[in-house]
Amino acid sequence: MKIHVSLTAFRQIRWNELGLRFLLGGVITASAGFIAMKFGPVIGGLFLAFPAILPASLTLVEKHEVQKKAEKGMRGARRGRQAAAADAAGAILGSCGMIMFGFIVWQFAPSYHLWIVLGSATLVWSTVALCLWMLRKHVNSFLQRFVN
Amino acid sequence: MWADLSLRFVLGGVIVSLFAHLGDMFQPKSFAGLFSAAPSVALATLGLAFLTHDGNYTSLEGRSMLVGAIALCFCSQLVSRLMMCGRWHSLAVASWGILLWFGTAFGIWFFALQ
Repeated sequence: MKIHVSLTAFRQIRWNELGLRFLLGGVITASAGFIAMKFGPVIGGLFLAFPAILPASLTLVEKHEVQKKAEKGMRGARRGRQAAAADAAGAILGSCGMIMFGFIVWQFAPSYHLWIVLGSATLVWSTVALCLWMLRKHVNSFLQRFVN
Repeated sequence: MWADLSLRFVLGGVIVSLFAHLGDMFQPKSFAGLFSAAPSVALATLGLAFLTHDGNYTSLEGRSMLVGAIALCFCSQLVSRLMMCGRWHSLAVASWGILLWFGTAFGIWFFALQ
């Protein structure tokens, strides 16, 4: 399956969903800062990879898929769960990229400038996540051909 | 302290929302899911840590983030499997995922970082 950008997703966005994501993102970022202030950067740093918006993401992805199917007169509960599972499967690869992000910051933060470290760490995150996604796609299609 | 936390709240909220909506734009869902594990909280926090502390402090946060990301990888794996089973509600699945995240992150912290 090819990657494509769909701007119709913006039409599905509701203000309460936007507010919920903003709130959860804001609360976990402020909490991570508070924890780092109270308990130091070693404990505080753990929360930089906390799955804060996971419950909201799972619920919203499932809900949007069910709505899409309902518009076509179908039930779509199973499709909603599969979409949420696929979203979480993507998060596995994103978190592998995040491991490399943390590694870059850990190794280079003491010697290089802020923008260089965070810029290259973000670039490494996106490259690792994208390469792993493409690799998985090719392995899956190879296995399907092998089985068939 | 409150000014610092308010700044973190706004910055974190904006970056997390941006990455989440970027993910909404992409198809297939497995690709969009990459953005569910985007370093959005890290960008806001580490950017401020760089400005208010030295590089060594930020480096320690980066090392712990690496551990948190390993825990996130396990958490996402569990969530994906349980959702595929189709028996559990998404909120219950997310709760189990978060519980696993705490266990893994603090387990590695206890044995390797403490």
